[in-house]
Amino acid sequence: MTRLPAALYVEPMLPTSRQTLLDSAATEELLRRVARDIVERAGGTTNLVLIGIHRRGVELAEWLGGEIERQERTPIPTGSLDITLYRDDLMSIGPRPVVGETRLPDRGIDDAQVVVVDDVLFTGRTVRAALDELADFGRPRRTLLCVLVDRGGRELPIHADIVGTEVFVSPEARVEVLVPEIDGRFGVDLLPPPSE
Amino acid sequence: MNSVAAPALGKDLLALEDLSPVQITSILDTAEPFKEISERRIKKVPVLRGKTIVNAFFENSTRTRISFEFAEKRLSADTVNISSTGSSVLKGETLVDTARNLEAMRIDMVVMRHGASGAAQFLAERIASSVINAGDGKHEHPTQGLLDLLTIRDHMGRIDGVRVCIVGDVLHSRVARSNIWGLRKLGAEVAVCGPRTLLPRDVETLDVRVFTRIEAAIEWADVLNVLRLQMERMTGGLVPSSREYNRVFGVTQARLNRAPRDVLVLHPGPMNRGVEIDSDVADGPHAVILHQVTNGVAVRMAVLYLLAGGAPELAEAAKRGADA
Repeated sequence: MTRLPAALYVEPMLPTSRQTLLDSAATEELLRRVARDIVERAGGTTNLVLIGIHRRGVELAEWLGGEIERQERTPIPTGSLDITLYRDDLMSIGPRPVVGETRLPDRGIDDAQVVVVDDVLFTGRTVRAALDELADFGRPRRTLLCVLVDRGGRELPIHADIVGTEVFVSPEARVEVLVPEIDGRFGVDLLPPPSE
Repeated sequence: MNSVAAPALGKDLLALEDLSPVQITSILDTAEPFKEISERRIKKVPVLRGKTIVNAFFENSTRTRISFEFAEKRLSADTVNISSTGSSVLKGETLVDTARNLEAMRIDMVVMRHGASGAAQFLAERIASSVINAGDGKHEHPTQGLLDLLTIRDHMGRIDGVRVCIVGDVLHSRVARSNIWGLRKLGAEVAVCGPRTLLPRDVETLDVRVFTRIEAAIEWADVLNVLRLQMERMTGGLVPSSREYNRVFGVTQARLNRAPRDVLVLHPGPMNRGVEIDSDVADGPHAVILHQVTNGVAVRMAVLYLLAGGAPELAEAAKRGADA
């Protein structure tokens, strides 16, 4: 079994090329731990619903839901949320093609324990938008936030309840979580800032 | 998360003739997720919060105006409706003066229907707000064209290579013009069918096939877009009578039964049952007329959303920006 550090400290210097922070095996190991943490933090699987934020959070939520089903032998409803229409920066950056699907479990989210799943937690603006959107769909009994990577840099008073790992990097650097459906495998990479 | 910005539409939506295939496809793709919003319990997203939109309908319209209004409200915009009756237009105010007065009240968009071809462009060149053409004379009705494209794509799985025949009063029809432009740009084969008196004299220059017999059109087509016989415009002996029209050009179940394949039937509404389309077709399995209405709201939401985003250089910047 891979030994996972609780946090990854990376040189504050900017990377010049893509670097692997966690390889595929280490990321899966991390996800299995996150699945156990979700059940522990939620106090079981009663009324548990996992909702992934588009795009990579969706696949993470589905994977985690499947893992919890295996661990706990009970089906876990999952869903997806595209927060594009709830963003606070449409007017300053222009519209994006809305390709994401918002799909909630048939049971709805009323009185559920909803775990919002995203890949990377950074400014917190995406999570703010997700919470606003969820409120338009119903009233969960409790909402928890689960992220695979917390890289700091919050611009809003938002924190995650379940964190895979923390990464301390320069604010300009990019942290990417890789998922099989989009990237071919699991992983966590560090990237230089986007070139101008 | 890196997101790619949508191809910019510019300030206005005036005509499908002005758009590139990429822009049209981008509007259709953007409309897809907007369909789902209308199925939600709370049919509203905050994306146009604080935007003010004026619906200026200088010609009668129920369906299009309501469709735009639903689209605007579901995106959280504030809306005002004006019509020619009961407004200062009747008192002799010009279109530009009306619009400038509205602009002085700080609006963001005008959705306009007008009886004069070119009215939308005329307005767009003179005000800073976005202008969406909701039908101008015999020129274009771009959002109707878009919702027809979306409906065809939904049912046929593609537009490229699909054979679409527009049936009826093509001469007076802005719907026909927008359809022809949009379909041609996305690679469909297009035909028109109707009495010669109701086909524009220059129709061949639009690169469309012409049928003067409905039976031949039905044999050829995958899709029929049946236009309303605009009775109010049938002056000067263009068609002998609506009964005669139905007998020769009406889309009837008997005629569809002889088609070599299942034909999809569209109609922009309002229908004259028993004239251009028979009731058993309108209510039958071939018709997707109510699906068009549903798609109309989604397409208009997509257009409003894409236009509201503003300047293309800012959309470019979004391509580069990364956030999480």
